[in-house]
Amino acid sequence: MSTPLLEVTDLSISVMGSKARTKIVEGVSFSVEAGERFGLVGESGSGKSMTLRSIANLLPGGVTVSSGSILYKGQELIGLQNEKRRRLMGPEIAMVFQEPMTALNPVMRVGEQIAEGPRRYLGLSRSAAMDLAVSMMARTGIPDPKQRAKAYPHQLSGGLRQRVMIAMALSCRPKLLLCDEPTTALDVTVQHQVLRQLEELCEDFGASLVFVTHDLAVVNQTCSKLAVMYAGRIVETGPVKDVFKDPRHPYTQGLLTSAPDFDQPERELIPIPGFPPNLADRPPGCEFAPRCRYAQADCTSLQPRLLPVEPGRNSACLHTEEIFPGVLV
Amino acid sequence: MNQPDVDTAILGMSDIRKTYRLSSSVLQRFMKGSGRRSELTALAGVDLELRRGETLALVGESGSGKSTLGKTLVGSIGASSGIISYNGAPMPAHRDKELSRRIQMVFQDPYSSLNPRISVGSMLKELLLLHQIVPRDQVRDESIRILNRVGMDEDALTAYPSQFSGGQRQRIAIARALAVRPDVLIADEPVSALDVSVQATILDLFESLQKELGLSILFIAHNLAVVQHLSQRVAVMYLGRIVEVAETAELFKNPRHPYTRALIASIPRMSAESVNQQFVVHGDPPSPIDIPPGCRFSPRCTFAQDQCRKVDPTLQNIAGTVVGLHSSACLRAGELPIFSTILQRDGAQ
Amino acid sequence: MTRTIPVPANNRGLRRSAKKRSRALKPWYTNTSLVAGMIVIGLLIFVAVFAPILTPYDPIQQDLRHALQDPSAAHWFGTDKYGRDILTRLLWGTRVDLRIGFLSVIIPFVFGSILGALAGYFGGWFDTLVMRIVDVFFAFPFLVMVIVLVFILGSGEASIYLAIAAVSWVAYTKIVRGEVIVAKELDYVVGARLSGMSHARVLFRHIGPNVLSQSIIYGMSDIVMNIMGVVTLGYLGLGIAPPTAEWGSMILDGQEFITSHWLQATLPGLLVVVTSLGVSWLGDGLSEQLSPERRK
Repeated sequence: MSTPLLEVTDLSISVMGSKARTKIVEGVSFSVEAGERFGLVGESGSGKSMTLRSIANLLPGGVTVSSGSILYKGQELIGLQNEKRRRLMGPEIAMVFQEPMTALNPVMRVGEQIAEGPRRYLGLSRSAAMDLAVSMMARTGIPDPKQRAKAYPHQLSGGLRQRVMIAMALSCRPKLLLCDEPTTALDVTVQHQVLRQLEELCEDFGASLVFVTHDLAVVNQTCSKLAVMYAGRIVETGPVKDVFKDPRHPYTQGLLTSAPDFDQPERELIPIPGFPPNLADRPPGCEFAPRCRYAQADCTSLQPRLLPVEPGRNSACLHTEEIFPGVLV
Repeated sequence: MNQPDVDTAILGMSDIRKTYRLSSSVLQRFMKGSGRRSELTALAGVDLELRRGETLALVGESGSGKSTLGKTLVGSIGASSGIISYNGAPMPAHRDKELSRRIQMVFQDPYSSLNPRISVGSMLKELLLLHQIVPRDQVRDESIRILNRVGMDEDALTAYPSQFSGGQRQRIAIARALAVRPDVLIADEPVSALDVSVQATILDLFESLQKELGLSILFIAHNLAVVQHLSQRVAVMYLGRIVEVAETAELFKNPRHPYTRALIASIPRMSAESVNQQFVVHGDPPSPIDIPPGCRFSPRCTFAQDQCRKVDPTLQNIAGTVVGLHSSACLRAGELPIFSTILQRDGAQ
Repeated sequence: MTRTIPVPANNRGLRRSAKKRSRALKPWYTNTSLVAGMIVIGLLIFVAVFAPILTPYDPIQQDLRHALQDPSAAHWFGTDKYGRDILTRLLWGTRVDLRIGFLSVIIPFVFGSILGALAGYFGGWFDTLVMRIVDVFFAFPFLVMVIVLVFILGSGEASIYLAIAAVSWVAYTKIVRGEVIVAKELDYVVGARLSGMSHARVLFRHIGPNVLSQSIIYGMSDIVMNIMGVVTLGYLGLGIAPPTAEWGSMILDGQEFITSHWLQATLPGLLVVVTSLGVSWLGDGLSEQLSPERRK
């Protein structure tokens, strides 16, 4: 395999508390190939958003990458000069946020906001950049884009604002698009449209997607590969289809069986008992062990590592083989 | 329009309307030329009944008025017009203590629905004594019984809300509602703020409350997969109006309103085979300040004809079905093509 | 899902005692501001209460033979132009100023808070009326209003209380009203109403404790304001009638000898500063202590 577009290795992120550092992401490794759509799934506090933000160099104050490496096209991003890193954002890497209202400039017309990137990075003239902005808006499914380009963010609905964000992110044709719960705040029908359009555009532009969400169904609809995060670690990775059909980690299985599946209304929902650990005070051994129905004595003492269980699939469970005796699908 | 059946309906709603006058500034009033209607229609004539002992799901997108309807039912906001009846008798505008006890609410955000300064025990005690549910010397036992009912332990009594996780708080919030022994529970998106792995436990709890305590539950939600799992009937709301009501299986199998179809087709699916790729509906829901003429869904509807833009349809029983089984507010409800999620599963149109 | 999943017996009930103990509740004595404030104010109250025992001199009795003495073993800070011991007068002054400072807050606090709570909770014409009156009072600066009122009412402690109460209730009304308007929309307050509780119960049990902390914290800064007010009145010769020891009038008396006996005018000023600091610390500490996360 050639060099992946994005390769994250052993990434740890910590937050400075009042007394001690707390690791909120620990030893996370994954890679994204060119043109791939990669989902990063987890519940609140699993570290999925922080992992994404560290790639875009957008960690909030007090939160820092403590170790590990992020290679983009083979180039190390950690420790890269801020100026150089900033120059990657836009033409190479772009980000779409959950709440577009806070990410858009409220006093600037949306057309100009979209045109800003192409003018700066692609060296387009004002009018050429504006034309590009309008065509990008049309491609993201904004009706009447010429008129809407003159609107301010607050004059648009949530769905349109998110489309503007996507148009803005893709306007410089980045190779990597980072999405942080882009459709969580949207209504179901609008979410469906936005996801479809996002997919289409990424395909057209050959951009890879890293998609952070808590919604398993959205990942199933959007991504081809995924990593499941729990308490700051990746517990399982693999192709979406396989993982959904045949999870290889008790947590993934728990997530899948606790969420209602529209296609199986009769299936009983099986909740995961308990709640995620306090990251400042992690339990010894596997973090999921206290909630795990399969936990054995060694689970509370040995820290499992993410190991291959099948070609292209990894799981961080000490007892994968016993719990999920391997039928290959 | 279905006649509310006194025998089965515990809560009846007939032509409930709620409009808010938007305050226009002096400047706007001065420039009368713009001539915009400054009224927000949250509820535009809702007819619905909650049957005794059922879980009725109320689904819709933001701005559909589903939360407003919930608040109207518990009486925290007054309707502009229309009649809410409880056990067949119209509810007075100001409910007395006894009547307000009957209909309780569970809120979406368990972090704002519990008083941070009152311990769980004294919260329950206050309610039990207020309504004289049990004599004073049995308050503690009753409190423990309620807590156990929602899956919490006795030691929660002395704790404050900040000591619990989101899922536990939601249990305590449900305990608060149950303490006064209501007949009806209005649950406003009670699992939307919770993590996926915790949602199931709360859904389970609602299911057992309905089955074991015989509570009638109006479950307000936007997630159809959740609704399908939990409810016996589903009412779909769009821009302040109920556009379709049916029994759950019937609604998902044979939706008779294009909006319902769009909603169902938009559900993100959990299994790889049923990923739905086609675009199902265009545009965003319009603003409730500016409701389109004729059928309110017509601008987004692929089946819309000229008459749809002129006639505002009412909720009608679907021809050929038992009264009360399935009604839709679509002029072309009878002509809609066969709907199948199976077709989409195979990837064919 | 192709495989059936074993459901352990303990999974359904979920009846685990799962209180989050991670966020340990800190005891009050770890609250630095609170402790510092309590020490300062505690000391001041101590000297105020025990002033008669702490010094052998009388604060009012003149002794012209020993007028304007420099600090000595007998008179640590010297004497004033009437031969009265400065330290004694400072201690007795603490009595007056502290008493007025604290007591003068009570009436406006109670009256203003209740009025604000009612206005915020019920809204409507009552709210409009109250807020118009508040606006009128807010239009005048605090000190100017107090001075004018005391001037009209005549000097003396009673008129100081009256003047301060008449002017400073508006701030509490405004603060509490704003807090109540926010609080009454909170789910738990709506929920309390829906459980059939009376307005009074909802307002005083469920809203009250959660909105009062702002008012209490403001009350602390108000104590400082009121002490300043009393001292200013004393300095202007309007407040407490002359022979009584009071910081403001001591500054007034001392200022003509500022070049030769500078302690006379500066010591009362220093005490005002120390008192203000103590009260402010107390306020900061209280605001931390009153937040729900901290309570036990």
